[in-house]
Amino acid sequence: MNPRKSASATSAFDVERVRADFPILEREVHGHKLVYLDNAATTQKPQPVIDVLNRYYSTENANIHRGVHYLSEYSTKSHDTARTLVQRFINARSSSEIIFTRNATEGINLIAQTYGRQHAKPGDEIVITTMEHHSNIVPWQLLCEQTGACLRVAPIDDTGELQLDEFEALLGPRTKLVSIVHLSNSLGTINPVKKIIDLAHQQDIPVLVDGAQSAYHMPIDVQALDCDFFVLTGHKIYGPTGIGVLYGKSELLDTMPPYQGGGDMINSVTFAKTTYSELPHKFEAGTPHIAGAIGLGAAIEYVNSVGFDVIAAHERELLAYGTEALTSIKGLRMIGTAREKASILSFVLEGVHPHDIGTIVDQEGVAIRTGHHCTQPVMDRFSVVATARASIAMYNTRYEIDALVKALEKARGVFA
Amino acid sequence: MNLDLRDLYQEVILDHNKRPRNFGVLEEADRTAEGYNPLCGDKLTLYLQFDGEVIRDVRFDGSGCAISKASASLMTESIKGKSLKEVETLFERFQGMVTADSDTLPNTDQLGKLSVFAGVREYPARVKCAVLAWHTLRSAFRPEHKVATTE
Repeated sequence: MNPRKSASATSAFDVERVRADFPILEREVHGHKLVYLDNAATTQKPQPVIDVLNRYYSTENANIHRGVHYLSEYSTKSHDTARTLVQRFINARSSSEIIFTRNATEGINLIAQTYGRQHAKPGDEIVITTMEHHSNIVPWQLLCEQTGACLRVAPIDDTGELQLDEFEALLGPRTKLVSIVHLSNSLGTINPVKKIIDLAHQQDIPVLVDGAQSAYHMPIDVQALDCDFFVLTGHKIYGPTGIGVLYGKSELLDTMPPYQGGGDMINSVTFAKTTYSELPHKFEAGTPHIAGAIGLGAAIEYVNSVGFDVIAAHERELLAYGTEALTSIKGLRMIGTAREKASILSFVLEGVHPHDIGTIVDQEGVAIRTGHHCTQPVMDRFSVVATARASIAMYNTRYEIDALVKALEKARGVFA
Repeated sequence: MNLDLRDLYQEVILDHNKRPRNFGVLEEADRTAEGYNPLCGDKLTLYLQFDGEVIRDVRFDGSGCAISKASASLMTESIKGKSLKEVETLFERFQGMVTADSDTLPNTDQLGKLSVFAGVREYPARVKCAVLAWHTLRSAFRPEHKVATTE
């Protein structure tokens, strides 16, 4: 895993050098150069990630933890290295606290069905917020149906910020867990998770942080946050799909029952009694997505080589530029104007349904997301059925924002 | 507007989006049905009044994109006065047209004004928008009807 030293070679951020690492950005869509602004859905993959996947399947493929043969040992080592890269990426104490999952959604479901099933009793409460993705709502609703616990929802204000006092008021002796999004996918709001975790911990309530959106915009330090669980997904941090991560404090993971049963998660199996493996294998039944984990490792090395300081500065600059450019369009209303915000621009345009916006800008080669973004309660909160959303990653440019604005003017023209 | 887009957003569609016909509640409806597109959040309610087997009057309300709104509007115009059997045939023709392979010429046989939706077949993601009203209509014919969805 040796990603090319892309932007780190120069201290100033050279977006063109980063773009050169993403081959897909060269392609055309409907006769226009692709303008990819759907990064909150999934990010594109740099060449080092593509190369690692290709190399793995071409020359290294074997199952892990099984054989004594060369390739099996090699794959096992590569898989372990990827786990260590994730550990360092989010600053966990030990790589045994890093559980590989399919995605962030699976991480949340895992916690709901293990920790949740173990602790939630009738009348107990799980606290979330209005701005959660459906993946941080539905697993808790399932848990509530199974256990008789109930879901409490902390409200947000008109800018899309969490109402912290209302959140605090929801916490109490019945609260078994707080599960909160770090960065809202449909509003861009960055939640004050450190403060939220401190408030919950004052009452001995554990906190799960949904980092699906945050992990590609900012450095994560799970020890500094002191969160009890953290989930992320590989494909949003420039890695492959089908691989995600659940971090948990080992003292919690140790006491939790397994999630799924199968191979690789056991010490010994007899029909009388089965004993489970140590962490992290206890939560990783079956053959994992080996190539995915190795690809995620390569993605992390790539992000590290560019550096979050320069990525964040570049995205902040584009957020400011994009906000100004979009709000100057007549009839455009921004949804999500929190003070602490990441590079997500969610909006509605008077007289043009978001779905039509999506189709029309696509004809100009501009890829954005339209719909409810799996956050229907957020849509209800802002009394809209859907929004159009442009989400910015490290390789985007001012030129691409301009292309979006031009395409939006076209959409307005069609429906004038 | 470029050529491709004009295929999709035909003048008739833009007009029906802006000024949908038969829009509103039909107080004396014999039957109502709801349609929902979970992907984009489009919602539609159809109100139908029957004269035996014939649709005497129909209205709709709800919110949706230009394609779904215009499709509902044009559908209400084209089914008024038709029998359930005729409507079923129309549904199949319409469905066939919008889901046909985009390489083939559209079959707009007997579809009249509804043929403006032929361009939708070039936009697979938008087919659901065009057929939502029709699926809702079909669910209204079934006594055990539930909310029609395009999923």
